[in-house]
Amino acid sequence: MSGAMNGVRRSAGKLAVIGVPYVWLLIFFLLPFLIIVKISVSEMGAVSVNDLVTYKDGVLSLSPRLGNYATVARDDLYFSTYLSSLKYAAVTTVLCLAIGYPFAYFMARARATVQPALLMLVMLPFWTSFLLRVYAWKGLLTEHGWLFDLITASGVDRLLAAANLIPAPGQLMNTPFSLVLGMTYMYLPFMILPLYSNLSKMDLRLLEAASDLGATAWVAFWKITVPLSKAGIIAGSMLVFIPCVGEYVVPELLGGPQTQMIGRTLWDEFFSNNDWPIASTVAVVMILLIIVPLALFNKYQAEATEARP
Amino acid sequence: MNAATVNRWFGRGWLSLGYLFLYLPIATLVLFSFNDSPVPNVWRSFTLKWYAALASDGEMLAGLWLSLKIAVLTACTSVVLGTFAAFALVKYKRFGGRTLFSGMVSAPLVMPEVIVGLSLLLMLVSMQHWLGFPERGLMTIWLGHLLLGMAYATVIVQARLHDLNPQLEEAAMDLGARPWQVFTLVTLPMIGQSLLSAWLLTFTLSLDDVVLSQFLSGPGATTMPLVIFSRARLGLNPSVNAVATLIILIVSIGVIAASYLIARRERARALDMAAAARA
Amino acid sequence: MTAGAFLQIRDVVKDFGGHRAVNNVSLDIQKGEIFALLGSSGCGKTTLLRMLGGFETPTSGSILLDGQDLAGLPPYERPLNMMFQSYALFPHLSVWENIAFGLKRDKLPAAQVAERVDAMLKLVQLGKFAQRKPHQLSGGQQQRVALARSLAKKPQLLLLDEPLGALDKKLREETQIELVNIIEEVGVTCVMVTHDQEEAMTMASRIAVMSEGRLLQVGAPGEIYETPATRFVADFIGNVNLMDGTLAVDEPDHVQVACADCSHHVGHGITGTEGMPVTVALRPEKIRIGREAISAPGDAPPQFNRVRGTIKDMSYFGSYTVYHLQLASGQILKVSTSNAERHREHPLTWGDEAWASWSPTSPVVLTQ
Repeated sequence: MSGAMNGVRRSAGKLAVIGVPYVWLLIFFLLPFLIIVKISVSEMGAVSVNDLVTYKDGVLSLSPRLGNYATVARDDLYFSTYLSSLKYAAVTTVLCLAIGYPFAYFMARARATVQPALLMLVMLPFWTSFLLRVYAWKGLLTEHGWLFDLITASGVDRLLAAANLIPAPGQLMNTPFSLVLGMTYMYLPFMILPLYSNLSKMDLRLLEAASDLGATAWVAFWKITVPLSKAGIIAGSMLVFIPCVGEYVVPELLGGPQTQMIGRTLWDEFFSNNDWPIASTVAVVMILLIIVPLALFNKYQAEATEARP
Repeated sequence: MNAATVNRWFGRGWLSLGYLFLYLPIATLVLFSFNDSPVPNVWRSFTLKWYAALASDGEMLAGLWLSLKIAVLTACTSVVLGTFAAFALVKYKRFGGRTLFSGMVSAPLVMPEVIVGLSLLLMLVSMQHWLGFPERGLMTIWLGHLLLGMAYATVIVQARLHDLNPQLEEAAMDLGARPWQVFTLVTLPMIGQSLLSAWLLTFTLSLDDVVLSQFLSGPGATTMPLVIFSRARLGLNPSVNAVATLIILIVSIGVIAASYLIARRERARALDMAAAARA
Repeated sequence: MTAGAFLQIRDVVKDFGGHRAVNNVSLDIQKGEIFALLGSSGCGKTTLLRMLGGFETPTSGSILLDGQDLAGLPPYERPLNMMFQSYALFPHLSVWENIAFGLKRDKLPAAQVAERVDAMLKLVQLGKFAQRKPHQLSGGQQQRVALARSLAKKPQLLLLDEPLGALDKKLREETQIELVNIIEEVGVTCVMVTHDQEEAMTMASRIAVMSEGRLLQVGAPGEIYETPATRFVADFIGNVNLMDGTLAVDEPDHVQVACADCSHHVGHGITGTEGMPVTVALRPEKIRIGREAISAPGDAPPQFNRVRGTIKDMSYFGSYTVYHLQLASGQILKVSTSNAERHREHPLTWGDEAWASWSPTSPVVLTQ
């Protein structure tokens, strides 16, 4: 009967549409994570990783080694690196918010005809290579660069040294200062875009109503605009914080001995020390650190797409 | 000088400083690519020699070629997989494991690349151990980029699908179009622009990627970003400035042209609708 | 219920999870009728329409069109077409392509498609707009394209989902008549869904009033308006005065209902027993108001109903005035009088004492 056949065909279609990406993700996203966990509890053989489960003389034995986790937990270096990564990520997020919120706000309040151009000008650096823009800061902050000369001449570097952001006046590169500056620069568009999206959709009549009821512009801003942009703030913050925790390129090019970041540690363990289990352990702990913000982000994403009118 | 005026000037000031902050490094980079000096950040004199040198820079050119191949592959497959995922999320409100699916699709957007790179590599190594393939190189880099690209493509297509009037697809069915025809004749044309945006975005991301590429590459598979990265790590290098300027130029022209065309189309559309309403 | 009606809806039920949207609806619709499903939002009318269109599957029950059971048939295999509330015109196709869409799916030869599309454009008078895109058309023009598109395939049944909902008032009045003319010219059977009673009453030949998934009453507009079956229907359609009372006299051709303020003589019989509680429904325009009570013409016995009250409120609508007459019990009687004369001597005003009178054929006694 035609009806029944159509039912079967429709189910097959549904299965394919959901199934294809689902299976792909299970294999290439979920499975790797399970493998990482497995390797983190394994021992490093000469070339590859010794099997967790061995079957010898009729005896099945499971030999996970939690030693890696113990190492990572006990070693002060790892602990302080995790802490410092969280710290730098948090500082970057706050700075991006401080610079990005007013930026997005004024963009959203600009004349309607100008806004698309403003948006495009924010997007343009985003489309330009990430790597190259980090490299650009290297050029600016290295000795004899014009910005370097400007900072040293104006004495700002003495302030920075006093605040412990640079080890000594005159040394701007490979310092906490250069790292935070670089990360803020790179992640600023990630903060501005969700905020702008949120703020530009806000109904301005709400502010008119507030004004009509006696609120000053300042009060209206804090009591109406900011709470309504909460979703944008959360989205932007997550988009900055989570990747910053595990950043590698910026710390590698702009950071230095003072700036320990867990992304570099993982890289070094893997590429320099060739110690896969430790690298995996570091990765697993990193995931645990960001799992709460990650869940928050996922929840926001789901809600945001549902709530759209 | 009232509050509104202060507000306006403060706003303009903040925006100007912000844009200055965003563009100053880029401008400096471009400027010093024309600098005749081995030390790129001290100006000596104007020259085009670094650009000339690019033409014979075998390592860079090989890297560019590889990156372009991977980028095109990534973009095409990301859009396909991303569209599948977007449809799954928008059309089917309830299915087993939806939360897990949704989480897996959007996680690569924010997950630090070192984690994604490491885990994918370890899995591919196991796969190679068991199945004999894939060899580390173009294929493995592509898989990593695809994972990332799919996440971005899904977000873009999902947003557009969500805004689509469901009655359009119902009307098509009512008029006799079978589900596949509904997709090709109605849905696809309507999401066309978002598919293009997704393609361009994933192309750019793939072309620019460093971390995933490093983890997943093999002997002889050095992408352009990896070439640039290794040079940048060693210090400042004018060849990098030259490449950077070219890339920035191409991207800028593309983005500005696209924005202009879109804006013009929107304006024409608005005029049409206003004229129709008056008629 | 006549066997062999063109569209037969039999005991259709639709459940969404725990919520029953359509509760055992059965209808017979004749060929060539314009039939309206009327009710407020959430009453199930749209769900019923979508089940006719094939976009929802009935939980139980059957739908037969010209003898053919529609069960299991997807929308693209049903010999009917729907005009959507949002028009759903394909924005990337021109007017011509929109109308041709359904014809092309049937793989008709190009010449035939062109002939048919041109005929449709002529029917809705949009020949000059054939190459325009939907966003270049006004709301009224878009609606005509949607109509042409849904009639292009000569469907056996036309479904209209709130056809005039998106238009403003002035346009709505003009379009109502135009729409009916086109549908009757084509001769297609039509089922429409609306929450607007004016729309239903002016356009449809028969109306079904729905509430909470059930049918309350089915009949011609006049029937529904003048002989409502329940309190709900009486109140839903137009304005009405509802007065509760007890059945005092029960005769085959007339009854008498004792209400708080008066005793109604009603010129029709009802099924009931003396002493049972009933409601009298009286439309405002059937009542005459004046400083004197009005009797029946001639010297007929004083069976003309009358009651005395004070004018508490008045609303002037230009062509008619509505008086709110407060009766002894406190109940407000709404009386609508057309302003047939430009100037009246001593017009009634707030605070005046007045008599309301109506003939025994005016009220309807309701037992539900």
